[in-house]
Amino acid sequence: MNFEPLVLTFKLASIATLILFGLALPLSYWLAYSRFRGKVLVEAIIGMPLVLPPSVLGFYLLLAFSPGYFFGAWIEEIIGLRLVFSFPGLVVASVIYSLPFMVYPLQAGLQALPVSLREASYTLGKTPWTTFFKVLLPNAKSAILTAIVLTFAHTVGEFGVVLMIGGNIPGVTRVASLAIYNEVEALNYSAANQYALVLFVITFAILLLVYSVNNRLFRVRHPA
Amino acid sequence: MSDTPLELQLCHDLRTAEGLVTLNVELRLERGSITALTGPSGVGKTTLLRSIAGLVKPQSGRIAFGQEVWFDSDKQIFKIPQQRRVGLVFQDYALFPHLNVRQNVSFALKKGEDQGRVDELLREVELTKLADRRPHQLSGGQQQRVALARALLPNPELLLLDEPLSALDRAMRLRLQDYLLEIHRRYQLTILLVTHDLGEIFRLADQVVKMDEGKIMNQGTPEQVYTSEFEPSPGPVLYGEVLSCHVENGMATVQALIDQRIHKFRLSAAEATSLVVGQPFVLRYSVDKPVFEKVR
Repeated sequence: MNFEPLVLTFKLASIATLILFGLALPLSYWLAYSRFRGKVLVEAIIGMPLVLPPSVLGFYLLLAFSPGYFFGAWIEEIIGLRLVFSFPGLVVASVIYSLPFMVYPLQAGLQALPVSLREASYTLGKTPWTTFFKVLLPNAKSAILTAIVLTFAHTVGEFGVVLMIGGNIPGVTRVASLAIYNEVEALNYSAANQYALVLFVITFAILLLVYSVNNRLFRVRHPA
Repeated sequence: MSDTPLELQLCHDLRTAEGLVTLNVELRLERGSITALTGPSGVGKTTLLRSIAGLVKPQSGRIAFGQEVWFDSDKQIFKIPQQRRVGLVFQDYALFPHLNVRQNVSFALKKGEDQGRVDELLREVELTKLADRRPHQLSGGQQQRVALARALLPNPELLLLDEPLSALDRAMRLRLQDYLLEIHRRYQLTILLVTHDLGEIFRLADQVVKMDEGKIMNQGTPEQVYTSEFEPSPGPVLYGEVLSCHVENGMATVQALIDQRIHKFRLSAAEATSLVVGQPFVLRYSVDKPVFEKVR
């Protein structure tokens, strides 16, 4: 069995999750607490990947990233990075595609905390920065865990977007979900089954681990 | 540090369950005094407290503590909560669930500040033994004391308490009132507390401020504010239930349940005729002798 697609899948999911976590922290904080009127617009845009067919998103990203159009040309000129049919392109597309899976749970987790926690910290002289990292995040642990897992799992399961933007290049953009499709196309069912089974087992194991940890966190904070 | 008290004058629209209420208040707190803020819910007591703490920015007005101006809508001054030296004890205590008692209190320390003051405050509120417990492992009264110790740690000159004792039983309330008085004496704090409990007001407060519909209705010492409200009392009145009644030689021995305790009385048989076993009665103390009456 060729492990390359599996390694690529988990590499992509890890990098995308890491970037998204850094990106979503300030974004979800802003969404949770800002009273800015235009907020709903931002929320709607972030949520688009939830309802849009991945092929539609992939198609527009393909156009945007292509050197023939302004954004793609600009990126290539500024950082010398071509985002179509390349691994960095997959990462950028995955970040956009999985954004709601990271932002929404974090936002909900922060909003669920009593306002008085934040206010108590302020009256004790602590900055919003300290309050966020020392009070809010530690009390939103289960939301953070859920967000990370959903994002990771969602990126592992990507198909339409990576196909459009990555182009199924072996060793570069052929992730496991594409490899399975390829093997089935070639009527190579046993190879397809191997990839599928590995994905199945690993993702199930991750979810099981995470939810059992989450359950324990939850129980400690809310004793019966 | 000057001796000028807290002075505030503010205007703020509130949307409450009863509709729009305009908070319009002028208030002075003398330095080192305890002031009770009372009145029905939804009249702006909590908003007033939050405005003083800097958690709410009133639409207009001015708040000054000593020489410091915390808020002035004309001069566009608004000090954020971190810049005001105010201790606030929240109604829900707002303890940090992920920290234990000691960590909750020492959270208020500045960087590099000595831990000694944490120990001192924990001793003060008798929580040294529970220092390693998490908030959810504490009773309401214990949580309240943690919140108090935490609010006192930064050495505030003004302590605000939002119905701090309302969720506690009577015995715990009395003990916490003692703590408050002790802390007030020791640290020379100016205290403003929201409360509905008359006993608490008389026990703690130098000044009462009664609010309704966003305005101050009455203000003064507890005696001034409340004595005018009550009819002169004809003497204490007790309500009870007759448990048994034995008449012998013209005298009646009555056993009655008053306030969950059994009491024995001896009356003349004539007086006891109105009492029926199993029925409630009223016992009035007049100046010369008690009078039993049947409840109609």
